[in-house]
Amino acid sequence: MHDLALQKPGLVGRMFRSLKLPLSDPFAVFGLAVYATFLLTAIFADAIAPYDPTEILYTPEYELASDLRPGEQGFILGTTSLGRDIFSQIVYGTRSALIIGITAAFMVALIGSVVGLVSGYFGGWVDAVLMRLADIAFGIPFLPFVIVLAAFLEPSIWNVVLAMALVLWRDTGRVIRSQVLTLRSRGYVDAARVCGSSDLKIILRHIAPNILPLSFLYGSIAIGWAILTEASISFLGFGDPQSISWGYMLQDAFASQALAKQAYYWFVPPGICIILVVSAGFFITRGYENLLFPKLGR
Amino acid sequence: MSHLKAVASRTLQLALVLWAVVTILFLMFRLMPGNPMAAYIDPTFTVEQQQALMAQFGLDKPLWEQYFIYLGNLLQGELGQSFRYREPVAERIFALLPNTLILTFSSLFVAYAFGILAGAYLAWRRGSAVENAAIPLVLMTRAMPEFWLGMVLLAVFSFWLGWFPAGGTRPAGADYDSLWALYTSRDFLSYLALPALTLAIYSQGLPLLLMRSNMLDVMKEDFVTMARIKGLSNWTVVVRHAARNALLPVMTSFAIAVGYQLQGNVVVESIFSWPGLGRELVNAVSASDYPLAQGAFLMIAVVVILMNLIADMLYALLDPRISHA
Repeated sequence: MHDLALQKPGLVGRMFRSLKLPLSDPFAVFGLAVYATFLLTAIFADAIAPYDPTEILYTPEYELASDLRPGEQGFILGTTSLGRDIFSQIVYGTRSALIIGITAAFMVALIGSVVGLVSGYFGGWVDAVLMRLADIAFGIPFLPFVIVLAAFLEPSIWNVVLAMALVLWRDTGRVIRSQVLTLRSRGYVDAARVCGSSDLKIILRHIAPNILPLSFLYGSIAIGWAILTEASISFLGFGDPQSISWGYMLQDAFASQALAKQAYYWFVPPGICIILVVSAGFFITRGYENLLFPKLGR
Repeated sequence: MSHLKAVASRTLQLALVLWAVVTILFLMFRLMPGNPMAAYIDPTFTVEQQQALMAQFGLDKPLWEQYFIYLGNLLQGELGQSFRYREPVAERIFALLPNTLILTFSSLFVAYAFGILAGAYLAWRRGSAVENAAIPLVLMTRAMPEFWLGMVLLAVFSFWLGWFPAGGTRPAGADYDSLWALYTSRDFLSYLALPALTLAIYSQGLPLLLMRSNMLDVMKEDFVTMARIKGLSNWTVVVRHAARNALLPVMTSFAIAVGYQLQGNVVVESIFSWPGLGRELVNAVSASDYPLAQGAFLMIAVVVILMNLIADMLYALLDPRISHA
């Protein structure tokens, strides 16, 4: 019976532990709390939002509920010029922000990690080719690239994810490569090789777990980048008109003269939400840096 | 000697990157859905114009041949005709470039002057309440969408207080003898203020954080301890000995920042109707003006790549310890 206690924790548990969440840093905990709040909001958006975000609403007197200030007629954050509920748009905007942020970050972290692992572990011409590709990716101005891509593709939130996957793996890839370079000459890697482990097994069992926190770190930066990029693209009018996002709200507000009308309740909240999510990523990153590079002593 | 060789090999490498970007651009614009000629020929062009462009870009030839014609044209600065403006793309782009560069450099000068001073100050006040409050605040400015910041500044300073005009570079109807007269006029400065401030608030974070962490590193170095032992005043130690050395990497980051700034320009120029490359790119893409979109993208990419090269060279020049292995 007692060998049950010696049993290794399950795969999920081990993965979670190897992420080394920075729970001792107050800012990082704040960041994780912000993530958790927005995640819950996104999941339960249907229950939280009082209205459909695209529905045109009317007052009990059957007048268009347009340009109402916060609190008027029971609208928490007021309404847009077309009579849509701003609070409901914010809530649903959380959903598209997180979907884009998480998928794009996952792609960036995955591609960057694979490139970094392969490049650093095998070296030679594989490394040379991959790093030249990274150089090229560094030469592509990212936002203009997304805009040009939007010219040829149907307007969709996935354009941002695609563009990020094509271009932004470069930073993650380079950092992970240099980390792998120091890892591959460690004693335990040599030991595994002597024992006859295949390259694949060495990479997956002995090297990949050690770079997982770095991947996660770059992933959390990428979430912020994706959300900011999506907001910029939607704002410039290349987003998906069918889905409500914070960038779309800002574009709607800008085009509807919200600035001249001094309708701060309309364009300030989406901006604050973006700042909260993106800076949450930064705070988590900082927590990681303290954990991964304690010598920096920030 | 190895120095010169390193610069040459780096230049060659970036020339290759430029070639790759140019090729990607070619493929994107030629392989797009629809008529392959749409990249250069608008149906409303006259028959003579269409034929002239067909011949110039070899649009009736196979793709690989078009590619070499495209490269040849590029080398001569030939980018085709804009659909909307009915004028050569290259002319249009070079006319807009000064506006973009003025906006970029003026905002970056403000951002770096502020960032360097504030970063040095925060390093000096390490562990104080000011530092604890300032660092998260600076990180927040990095998390702001630049166009949103522009919107808030516009709403407050232009629409509410009426201190600055809402967009453009000159009052309606105003005419200037030369571009120089425009750029040195008072009106121009009032138009420049808000977009430059928007970009400066966003960009000050990089020099600030860099300067601060470099200062913290340098303050631990032996020569700083030595200066203290010699009995030099606090001011002399911090400014003459530490800050000068901490400044080097911050200065090299300037070139990189120019490249990043050009991306932010795309949205900020659109908000403030600033007639620059970024806004032109957005308008060209919305209006399916492919030659102009291609040209604006290429120009931005060239500046980004050039700035990467300058950053590399400055880095090696300012810090001879960097090896070129």
